[in-house]
Amino acid sequence: MKITGAQALIKSLEMEGVETVFGLPGGAILPVYDPLLESPIRHILVRHEQGAGHAAEGFAQATGRPGVAIVTSGPAATNIVTAVADAYVDSIPIVVITGQVATTSIGTDAFQETDTTGITMSVTKHNWLVTKASDIPRVIAEAFHVATTGRPGPVVVDLPKDVANDTMEWYWPRRLDLPGYQPTVKGHAKMIEQAAAMIAGAARPVIYAGGGLIRGQASEELRALVARSGIPVVTTLMARGVFPDSDPLCLGMPGMHGNFTAVTALQQADLVIALGARFDDRVTGKVDAFAAKARIIHVDIDPAELGKVRRPDVPIVGDVKWVIPEITRHLPAKGADLSAWIAQLQAWQQQYPYAYEPSLPGAAIKPQYVVERISALAPADTVVASGVGQHQMWASQYFQFELPNSWINSGGLGTMGFAVPAAIGAKAGRPQSTVWAIDGDGCFQMTAQELVTATAERIPIKIAILNNGYLGMVRQWQEMFYEERYSEVFLSPDLPDYVKWAEAMGAVGFRVDQVSDVDPVIEKANQINDRPVVIDFRVDTFEKVFPMVPAGAANDDIVLPPHQQRGR
Amino acid sequence: MVERSSNLVPIGSIRTPVEGRHHILSVLVENRAGVLARVALLFSRRGFNIYSLAVAPTDDERFSRLTIVVDVETVPLEQITKQLHKLINVIKITEIDPADALEYECMLATINAEAGARAKVMELVEIFHGEIIDVSMDRLTVVFALSPEKLDDVEAFLAEFGLIELQRTGRIALSKLPKPTRRPRKGRVS
Repeated sequence: MKITGAQALIKSLEMEGVETVFGLPGGAILPVYDPLLESPIRHILVRHEQGAGHAAEGFAQATGRPGVAIVTSGPAATNIVTAVADAYVDSIPIVVITGQVATTSIGTDAFQETDTTGITMSVTKHNWLVTKASDIPRVIAEAFHVATTGRPGPVVVDLPKDVANDTMEWYWPRRLDLPGYQPTVKGHAKMIEQAAAMIAGAARPVIYAGGGLIRGQASEELRALVARSGIPVVTTLMARGVFPDSDPLCLGMPGMHGNFTAVTALQQADLVIALGARFDDRVTGKVDAFAAKARIIHVDIDPAELGKVRRPDVPIVGDVKWVIPEITRHLPAKGADLSAWIAQLQAWQQQYPYAYEPSLPGAAIKPQYVVERISALAPADTVVASGVGQHQMWASQYFQFELPNSWINSGGLGTMGFAVPAAIGAKAGRPQSTVWAIDGDGCFQMTAQELVTATAERIPIKIAILNNGYLGMVRQWQEMFYEERYSEVFLSPDLPDYVKWAEAMGAVGFRVDQVSDVDPVIEKANQINDRPVVIDFRVDTFEKVFPMVPAGAANDDIVLPPHQQRGR
Repeated sequence: MVERSSNLVPIGSIRTPVEGRHHILSVLVENRAGVLARVALLFSRRGFNIYSLAVAPTDDERFSRLTIVVDVETVPLEQITKQLHKLINVIKITEIDPADALEYECMLATINAEAGARAKVMELVEIFHGEIIDVSMDRLTVVFALSPEKLDDVEAFLAEFGLIELQRTGRIALSKLPKPTRRPRKGRVS
């Protein structure tokens, strides 16, 4: 059966089980948008290509399935590069299809021509320029395989217009020929035995749970390991929810703005079991001083992560979903007595929990309080997306996460403007779940045009803007490290008028400036299910994120909030 | 510049690094458009430096071989090879120990060689197994294929005549073949 390249592309996406794509058409991708009309695939029309990319990321993070975005050539391709780079750093499986000028025009500086494969080479796991219509099914099958297996990541398929218009004989590849791509899934048996022996002998062990556990869908396996061993867990920014915050052995987030107990547990540990984590600088602080007394077991599917930052004593290349049960199986029935260690951790937890001073009557709302209340009033299956900055840290600190894939944020790249489109993607992938975007006023302004997408496509997300009128995290650094010399960080809480903005885009807008209104408005928002909701929470401008390990400092030099510093 | 900690995996875990020497990576890749760009970009993106590079298809035209010489003193070699392995088009990476390698480079040079100097040039060419491949009234173009060290010597000699133009290739290398070990004979004093 002869079909066009464009038809083959859509058919290939269907073969891969794609139900939702995010995109925006244009010249070079026109042929692909025609057969889309006959396809059961739902296309969500974004207002900016960056939004399509972040929505695909949000979809992938919320569902565990690859997100797909389709955009045209040139500026559309460059607009989506930010999202592709974001997905690369956070290992999010997305497949981005970009239009390209006809093969006969490539290299001539044609209208809307950019070297998309060249531009995205260093921010994709792999990319393809398709030069023959008959290659399309093979390339799409390879693209999904590469994006979703091993260490997941973004891939880009660049499709010239004449290739999409050309015809080909339809086929679906039965097997893939990728001789240079064979991810190691099974860990080395001897290393696993060594790891188990090391765990059994440790007096102060900590599990350093990273985002790889979420991507590897190994939450259950982690819980089984903890149940068997009784070892406490820190969950990194990328791993929030992989182990329930309600579990007494969950110490919370480590790192620059981590929980005192999580940070200090790693510092004092004699064994750190890093699972799907990459010793990011925001976790380690000064590398030489990070967990200096600890031996390291490092399990990761990406061999390049082992020894990149910290040399492990036991390196295990493999899929956490495969390796963790093997380690658990090799543990002796009776492990070491951890009661003294656990007692020490509990003492720290009681003495130095996340804390802020509640606002005085009539004073501005504390941003942490807003997050606490959203968390308390959220249905069980709620997904939270955030942007980057103070609000992101407060969301991670004060929202109680119980399930994997319930926390979506831009961790590695730190992309402002991530929250709104990511929340749209998450809600599109999980329509039954409540999806909250906890956003900052600076972040919100970067991609808020996607509210129109949410309204038009009937994707009822809820957005809480923690509006402090500043680029808050930058303001915090200027206050703490630049002698309060505030440079270009003031945004104004009133400009724009977020309620009018929401209403102009077909959403419901609320403004909350009284503590007593926080709960009722959140409850109202939770009940609205036919359109997006935006709440402009006027929060305390001067609130800072604590604890904090200053950049480049050792984690032992963690700075507590002022009221906790007394008596320390 | 990325700060690197002292906890990094030692350079060249395959063997003890030799000071002032280079590592030779022989990288088998799929012979496709853009593969060289991917490899080159990876080096640049991760802050690694390529000292020399040679690329050509292998006897099987589906594959190409890159011979990359990297500076051992500035680079964690293990990280380079691991990152290279992650490229989908990279099939196999072998490291060739410089102490155990046959390394060759090729050089073309055009030099001043007026009548009086020609005999000396021809002598040099003969000693180093080169060839005179082009001639004019006052210049000669010569070619040499030698180990990099010898080629350095030749280059120095040629410079004495006056270099007009000189071009060297990237390094290519193969491992030395195994040799039979010579057992000492009984009852014989040497």
